[in-house]
Amino acid sequence: MSDFLTSDQLPGLVQGGYIIAAVLFIGALAGLSKHETAKRGNLAGMAGMGIALVATVLLAARQAELPDPLDHWRGLGSTLALIVVAMAIGAAIGAWRARTVEMTGMPELVAILHSFVGIAAVLVGINSFLDPEAPTTGSLGAIHEVEVFIGVFIGAVTFTGSIVANLKLSAKMKSTPLALPGRHLLNAGILVLSVALLVWFMNDHDNGIVPLLLMLALALLLGFHLVAAIGGGDMPVVVSMLNSYSGWAAAAAGFLLDNDLLIITGSLVGSSGAILSYIMCKAMNRSFISVIAGGFGSDGAVSGETRDYGEHREIQAAEAAELLAGASSVVITPGYGMAVAQAQYPVAELTAKLRARGIDVRFGIHPVAGRLPGHMNVLLAEAKVPYDIVLEMDEINDDLASVDVVLVIGANDTVNPAALDEPGSPIAGMPVLEVWKAHDVIVFKRSMATGYAGVQNPLFFKDNSRMLFGDAKERVEDIVRALSTT
Amino acid sequence: MRIGIPRESKSGETLVAATAITAAQLTALGYEVVVESGAGTLADQPDSAFEAAGIALGSARDAWSCDVIVKVNAPTPAEIATLRPSATVVSLMAPARSPELVEQLTAAGVTALAMDAVPRISRAQSLDVLSSMANVAGYRAVIEAAHAFGRQFTGQVTAAGKVPPARVFVVGAGVAGLAAIGAAGSMGAIVRAFDVRPEVAEQVESMGAQFVTVDMEQEVSSDGYAKEMTAEQEAATAAMYDEEVRAADIVITTALIPGRPAPVLVRADTVAGMRSGSVIVDMAAVNGGNCELTRADERVLSDNLVTILGYTDLASRLAAQTSQLYGTNVVNLFKLLTPDKDGQLTLDFDDVVQRGITVVHDGSLMWPPPPVQVSAAPVAAAPEEPVAPKPPPDPRRKTYAAALAAVTFLGLAAYAPAVFLNHFTVFALAVFVGYYVISNVAHALHTPLMSETNAISGIILVGGILQVGSTNPAIAILATVAVLVASINIFGGFLVTLRMLEMFRKD
Repeated sequence: MSDFLTSDQLPGLVQGGYIIAAVLFIGALAGLSKHETAKRGNLAGMAGMGIALVATVLLAARQAELPDPLDHWRGLGSTLALIVVAMAIGAAIGAWRARTVEMTGMPELVAILHSFVGIAAVLVGINSFLDPEAPTTGSLGAIHEVEVFIGVFIGAVTFTGSIVANLKLSAKMKSTPLALPGRHLLNAGILVLSVALLVWFMNDHDNGIVPLLLMLALALLLGFHLVAAIGGGDMPVVVSMLNSYSGWAAAAAGFLLDNDLLIITGSLVGSSGAILSYIMCKAMNRSFISVIAGGFGSDGAVSGETRDYGEHREIQAAEAAELLAGASSVVITPGYGMAVAQAQYPVAELTAKLRARGIDVRFGIHPVAGRLPGHMNVLLAEAKVPYDIVLEMDEINDDLASVDVVLVIGANDTVNPAALDEPGSPIAGMPVLEVWKAHDVIVFKRSMATGYAGVQNPLFFKDNSRMLFGDAKERVEDIVRALSTT
Repeated sequence: MRIGIPRESKSGETLVAATAITAAQLTALGYEVVVESGAGTLADQPDSAFEAAGIALGSARDAWSCDVIVKVNAPTPAEIATLRPSATVVSLMAPARSPELVEQLTAAGVTALAMDAVPRISRAQSLDVLSSMANVAGYRAVIEAAHAFGRQFTGQVTAAGKVPPARVFVVGAGVAGLAAIGAAGSMGAIVRAFDVRPEVAEQVESMGAQFVTVDMEQEVSSDGYAKEMTAEQEAATAAMYDEEVRAADIVITTALIPGRPAPVLVRADTVAGMRSGSVIVDMAAVNGGNCELTRADERVLSDNLVTILGYTDLASRLAAQTSQLYGTNVVNLFKLLTPDKDGQLTLDFDDVVQRGITVVHDGSLMWPPPPVQVSAAPVAAAPEEPVAPKPPPDPRRKTYAAALAAVTFLGLAAYAPAVFLNHFTVFALAVFVGYYVISNVAHALHTPLMSETNAISGIILVGGILQVGSTNPAIAILATVAVLVASINIFGGFLVTLRMLEMFRKD
């Protein structure tokens, strides 16, 4: 064993393992772009991770076994013991969370997982600074110092940003944007200060830890502030952006540790998260830059203009059931309200019942419905709604005019005609599901309150709209019951 | 009030300002209508038709002595002299090109409303006679061309040989141009069309024609009419015109610029290059013509036997149709001017449509009206939007930025150690791989994808594992914590992805 660990072939073997792992990771992301290959993709990711971990543990063991005149490294036994214990605890926690999380709670879980990558990047960065073997002189030393600094910075921003996102998503923190005066200046100030600290850090080799920790504090503050300034309704973009940040943090660690696998994986995640955020920003008609800079949700301030849209009309569950029974095509457009009310199961049951009657039922999903990209799809999948009837906004918008009944369940801003009709509206220009073109629209809502953007929705007052008030889950169950008796 | 419909005095005019149907509609608005006997004969509206509709017939004097005179062509000086001082006259007037007429009307102290000065806004379309007449004229232009053309429009393969389809080139895709495209297309010809406003390409294609493009920039029209091209643009399009016209069997030109002579688009040497038997219908003949050889109201035969039709009365050649459309436009105007349907004509100058058509009001000159911005460009139609639309960024800017970035990077790279550059190579490639791998992900899979990438970014664990064995206790503790939290990430992320993917199913 010892011979194997100290053999000259081991580094090459580990490197080879890393390359295979990197290829598997790329395969994992590629696989996840289609339903048919998604599971295979996930398996590839797991396999890649397994290979990478085994290779790394071997490398760590080799460090422990090699002659160590400076006494930098512990013995093999204690090294492996630490690794195994720490991983076992982490694995237990992770597996437990993964098994028990509610599908409606997915956004919170993903957000908190991002924070773990962030904190790990911070720790690895600080360690790398403390590492006595790290280069300290010449251009290699300078580059290493910059890498430490950047790695810790990104990691810290990701850490606090993700925690704030988690708190907002789990409603433990107010989801309204925190609007400090001069907040863009504040952000810019932190950046400038951090650069100043970097200069100090690079020129003071004895007390480098001081500027590093100061910067860490500033970066933690920045992460907190960036996300705190964004409203809860815009969290899908934020979560995906944090995903990207966590990737960049891993990539920075890769530069630090001279580890190509970390660089590849980190930049894969970083760029994929960035492109996802970009896709979502386009869907919401927001500028990508303003998202990265933070605080973009606050621009959607409630417009002072109150208009008289006329009267809304109510409908009862029994009438809604009749309307549905008489329809030949139905489209359901869910929003965050469906997740809150946990209405996905009754909705799936309703879907099954209607389809059994030969009614064409489809789902129209707005790109930013819910609090996480694809959130609605996951919920519907959980409730066993077949994914081939769950369509994207662009796929269904043109068909809506020929649909008999649209059920709007817990969605508001994503079906608001004001986005198209009222240039002064805060959500003007955002593409929306044009449900009002259907013959009848039934809107499930708890009350006449406004949606996340704080804008009144003229849809509710259209001639072909009916409001069905109450808890979405109970109302859908009522309809299902009424349908069984007719 | 009484509305008089006199017979048109212009020689050869076949139109009448009201048909039996539209006269009855005017009566329904509370007016008393008097039609000069014989006014509608040439438009297939005999006196008997008016009588049957309960419309009074009268002499020319009866018609001209009414409170409101509605006719097609502008009144002649003699006719103006017979008007009552407070009378209102409604007709085509071309006020921009007819200063003497405007002067005479002002001197007569009457009110004059020009049917051809309706602003081109959506609300006013129902009274836009220019559109109505242009539509008919465009159709008729194709009929005239077909009449003069010695061949069929439609292509056929017969026992007696192959008949190629006629090739029609329409210049200007306004109402007349689009009508001509539609008519020619439905007769079986191959239709190509050009307009200096690139935004009408879609309309042209919707009518079944092919839009001819010229590679040059053009601004979007803001008032609904085409602008005269600058010399530079003209030079750029001249070659295109020459080529398209030479290739065509039928050329229909409709390029008019309001208040100015029509641009010459088809030169004599181009006509000389056309095949014998080809036909040009110049619908701009009244304003000088788009073809150099055009003579207004005449049929010209060029040396190489190309027929050039400069008829200016194309709409009048379909008298019954045009009169009906004109009459309906008049009715729509009176609906606007008679809000209470009480037979009392009231003008509201706050309304841009009513202000726009008023040339003279009670003897005071009202021409020209303040300009009206219409919504040819949707951006301009949003007055609530305070932000001016951003000018499109210079496409070269990106190139410059990229070049600058590349040079900066090269400068840095020259001083960077090789190890760093190796890592950077890997980094740059991985960024692009990530970008392209993700670009086409299905929206439904965004959440699993995110938890997957999250699990993968737990790879930072590698860093922790390599540092755990350090004899420095601080490093060891921090590294252990890093390993722990990253493990949560890896296991949690992969397992939750697996759980989600299990749920997705297909029926």
